Amino acid sequence: MSAVVGLLSQPFMSRAVEAGTVIAVACGLIGYFLVLRAQVFAADALSHVAFTGALAALAAGIDLRLGLFAVCVVFGAMIAMLGAKRGADDVVIGNAFAWVLGLGALFLTLYASRSGNGVTGVSVLFGSIFGLTSSQTVVAVAIGLGLVAAILVIARPLLFASVDEAVAAAAGLPVRLLGVIFLALVGIAAGEATQAVGSLLLLGLLAAPPATAVRLTHQPWVGLVLSAGISAFSMLGGLLVSYYWTSLPPSFSILAVGTGSYVVSLIGSRHRVHDGAHLRF
Amino acid sequence: MTLLLASASGTQLSWNFWSDIRQLFAYHFMINALEAASIAAVLAGVAGWCMVLRRQTFVGHTLSVVAFPGAAGATWVGISPLWGYFGFCLAAAMTIAGGARRDGGRGSSEESAVTGILQAFALACGFLFVVLYKGFLNETQSLLFGTFLGITDSQVLVLAVVAMLVLGSLAALGRRLFFASVDPVAAAAQGVPTRLVGLLFLASLGLAVAEVSQITGALLVFALLVMPASAAQRLSARPGMGLLLSIIFALIVVWVGLGISYFSTYPTGFWITSIGFAGYLAAVGGRSLVDRRARSVRHSGAAA
Repeated sequence: MSAVVGLLSQPFMSRAVEAGTVIAVACGLIGYFLVLRAQVFAADALSHVAFTGALAALAAGIDLRLGLFAVCVVFGAMIAMLGAKRGADDVVIGNAFAWVLGLGALFLTLYASRSGNGVTGVSVLFGSIFGLTSSQTVVAVAIGLGLVAAILVIARPLLFASVDEAVAAAAGLPVRLLGVIFLALVGIAAGEATQAVGSLLLLGLLAAPPATAVRLTHQPWVGLVLSAGISAFSMLGGLLVSYYWTSLPPSFSILAVGTGSYVVSLIGSRHRVHDGAHLRF
Repeated sequence: MTLLLASASGTQLSWNFWSDIRQLFAYHFMINALEAASIAAVLAGVAGWCMVLRRQTFVGHTLSVVAFPGAAGATWVGISPLWGYFGFCLAAAMTIAGGARRDGGRGSSEESAVTGILQAFALACGFLFVVLYKGFLNETQSLLFGTFLGITDSQVLVLAVVAMLVLGSLAALGRRLFFASVDPVAAAAQGVPTRLVGLLFLASLGLAVAEVSQITGALLVFALLVMPASAAQRLSARPGMGLLLSIIFALIVVWVGLGISYFSTYPTGFWITSIGFAGYLAAVGGRSLVDRRARSVRHSGAAA
């Protein structure tokens, strides 16, 4: 117990734990729906777009987070609207985000040649959760809590629309609108997670915990809670590992714990196959 | 137009187009870069065309980012990055193929989650290797975003040999791969081993990606795989014609991209993706224009 108190008395660690837990819970909840809706590729696209958004803001000389959130939300909503007409087209998404990433390379060069450092680019790509300032932590926690609230508000209709879109539409749910709102929320989550594990690695935080939860239970509400729990566990476990083995960067440890729990669940439930169609209510 | 843009950022670009072209071939490193990029473009054109046909863009993207931990790991251990590129990309291809569903079905929600987990974890490992190796920051960025400087003669040779291997194996799969991609159920009923075909295809894609990413960087290989191929498939549904167009587009993209970035201070990856995306948009626009005209002709014919 005293070891925990000692740990948290370090300001950088307590900030990382506060922001990290909230971000992880939000990502776990959002990720569960991503996996149910088979939209992991959209999150992949957003994770690369996040890099360009942050670097564009830096190149323009404004707060990195402004560009991050704006670009992620807009691109997320765009994917949803493109896909709403005739099923999400991976090829269209792929073309768009490959180009956006090329733009990111341009902004990286512009920013590095102006400011003379390339460190920021790498920390956007791979995160630096131990480097959060206290005001950054407050903002990250506030946005994270807002995100959790928003996803809980739309959870019931979204779950219905994710499991059986046609029936949900017939029952009068605004399925298209839900899809757009959801991907905009994914955009916010991508912006949040970029601050914790970096834009290139946030996909792991969005995919590993829910994939584990889907393996472990048929029940959607249990799965949702489980996913948030596993995500928080990966975050705290990863932070702890990196605290003691300082040569391991926290982003790596967090992802390693998350991936590890998925592998364990895989071994534990070898013969059971779950996807959205098998859910029991 | 693009050349005009480049001249604004201004190196030794003159108004004489031919002397500019001759300048491109003046240095040995540039010739090596052009040769390597041409080999990579042909490979990306063919492998990308199959990837788009099979709707495996997410898998293709995951294989391409795996090149980063491969190269970073090899640098950390102190062996040639080539081993890392090929080893990691092949291993990832096998992992994804092993996790694929038995009936060859696509789009299962768990399969895409596994692909995502693999991708993020691979990148995390890449970051770990970079940190453990302690500071090759500029190299990190060139691994991710590509560089065309310093490609050696022996590298070009290795690229050529591997390209032959990949193109050979894709040609050997040929008709079966096409059949299994277009209609997996019917192909399986006809006795085509769709699972094995899928596995061999992913292995070839992994090799191709490992090769192309040495030129474009791990984050931008995907652009070269998806852009020319999807533009080609918009323009032609016939496999022979589509493949040819895909190769031609890929070659144009890398040649023009390298040419511009020789004179420009902006990164190669930016030019290559921008030209590729412009080509894709042009193909989409051209296609819908042709379709609309065909429809209006049909309508006016019906009215008369």
